[in-house]
Amino acid sequence: MATYILKRFLQLIPVFLGATLLVYFLVFSLPGDPIAALFGDKPVNEAVAAKLRAQYNLDQPFIVQYLLYLKSIFTFDLGQDFSGRPIAAVLGEVFPVTARLAVMALIFEAVFGIAFGLVAGLRKGKLFDGTVLIASLIVIGIPIFVLGFILQFFIGVQLGWAKPTVSAAATVQDLILPAIVLGLASFAYVLRLTRTSVIENMNADYVRTATAKGLSRFRVINVHILRNSLIPVVTFLGADLGTLMGGAIVTEGIFNVPGVGNRLYRAVLSGEGPTVVSIVTVLVLIYCLSNLLVDLLYAWLDPRIRYDS
Amino acid sequence: MTPENNLTGQDTAPRHIEHFVADLEETPLQATDKVKEDSAPSSLWGEAWKNLRKQPLFIISAIMILAVVVVSLFPGLFSQIDPTSEACQLSNSDGGPASGHPLGFTQQGCDVYARVIFGTRSSVTVGLFTTIGVVLFGGIIGALAGYYGGWADAVLARLTDIFFALPLILGAIVMMQLPVFRANRTVWTLVLILIVFGWPQIARITRGAVIEVRNADFVVAARSLGVSKFRSLLRHVLPNSLAPIIVVATISLGTFIVAESTLSFLGIGLPPSVMSWGNDIQAAQASLRSNPMPLLYPAIALSITVLSFIMLGDALRDALDPKARKR
Repeated sequence: MATYILKRFLQLIPVFLGATLLVYFLVFSLPGDPIAALFGDKPVNEAVAAKLRAQYNLDQPFIVQYLLYLKSIFTFDLGQDFSGRPIAAVLGEVFPVTARLAVMALIFEAVFGIAFGLVAGLRKGKLFDGTVLIASLIVIGIPIFVLGFILQFFIGVQLGWAKPTVSAAATVQDLILPAIVLGLASFAYVLRLTRTSVIENMNADYVRTATAKGLSRFRVINVHILRNSLIPVVTFLGADLGTLMGGAIVTEGIFNVPGVGNRLYRAVLSGEGPTVVSIVTVLVLIYCLSNLLVDLLYAWLDPRIRYDS
Repeated sequence: MTPENNLTGQDTAPRHIEHFVADLEETPLQATDKVKEDSAPSSLWGEAWKNLRKQPLFIISAIMILAVVVVSLFPGLFSQIDPTSEACQLSNSDGGPASGHPLGFTQQGCDVYARVIFGTRSSVTVGLFTTIGVVLFGGIIGALAGYYGGWADAVLARLTDIFFALPLILGAIVMMQLPVFRANRTVWTLVLILIVFGWPQIARITRGAVIEVRNADFVVAARSLGVSKFRSLLRHVLPNSLAPIIVVATISLGTFIVAESTLSFLGIGLPPSVMSWGNDIQAAQASLRSNPMPLLYPAIALSITVLSFIMLGDALRDALDPKARKR
């Protein structure tokens, strides 16, 4: 297992370096001067521009820039955003909010996705199964911002069951509706994955054996079918955490959640290259780590994986 | 009746048969009898087509996609009203349905129905051309990695991983804010950017499918008959790994349409002058509480389009994967 962990971890390093290099290259080296763009329609003030270039090491050769940037990431010295606040402090403020939102969405999709998927799988071909399958397709088909507006309008505004927008504190109660919107598409995937997996395992020999030796239906379903069916679901959920964090940009925009996506979006609109790069880098890091976690989880749940290759 | 008599009395038959051999009449060979030897052997695609024709999911989604494509090609057939902002009457602002204007008006006084009809083209163009680009680029990378293996695979698979680590929307947002792209926001820049961040998924699927097929007997046979390595990839390996690629590409087409409208909705996709559902949804967002209809209709059009591609992909997956069908 230790070799496996080490191998996985080592494989992660080129991915992280490559992805950050890519983002850094995109933001700072493609044609078009990001510093000049900051001045908008106003004439470029050369003194200010030179100072900014020096601050972000843009006067150095590209590879030196990138290495200095990597160093700044690992020392948490990310520089300042355009209002003069340290970027590290900004990140420390917005990341907990998005993490809370993403974890709530994850809990929502896990609990409801697995429950609905299990029941649908056990009743394959029945009315409940068909209804749930079609409903899940529809949920997958509707873009997240449309879902967001519809739920915000009907549940938040018309019915008044939840607050349509989130307060500055972004408490758990505030985030219930945004978390449901964020998790809905993944909920449909979890449901379908659980269903397929349950149907596959229902016909497995060990399930027949368990039934034949007289175990109660509850025990067969719970211990033999469900547990084995959860392996692919757990891996999906692990990988989804990273996706949810990065994908929160639209949901956060609709519900005005003061999180990563919102901050990233504002940075993009105002052309704050350094802030954009920092946020995306942290998101890539989270994505890589959650994938590593999934690999380890998978190997732990299903020992056959470890001994392959 | 001894076993000997049973075997048409030939001398070559073994004299002493110890096992019981059933009479021919007792072993109905219906399965083999049903095979018509004079008809062409059924292929995966032939079987899939037979299966698809009976699936309501496929029929519904195919009809809906056909309708969307026709609307995007000939929007003039469905609406004679000019939906551009110049022709909109501010006096109609947020107006409800009127005769000739079944879906009412936007805040700018534009006809909602006409805008929905004319906005179809941007979505379909972006979705279709991004998918073509992604299948070509991701397909080539994935096929080379899977087929040649070794260091080519190591490099290309790592490259795929790197691009995979940047989610589609996130990558597209970062790229769209670059001055060079911000200045030229057209359907084609959007297609380019979505290809840059959309190809890894197809590359992974292709790689997996090619690895599964590359050591199949028919490929080995072709190679030992002297077919070159590259030619056997083109003629034998790729055609037999197409099924999963087509399924994923169909579903991705829906995803790319969502990506376009999401970017436009965020204000960094197509410029407001281009008619698109994403732009219309964004424009209607401000008056959502007083007049939700201009937001609802393009949203419905968008959802139905995306849904039909996802449904088509689902139906294709069922038809092309006989293992899944039996369950």
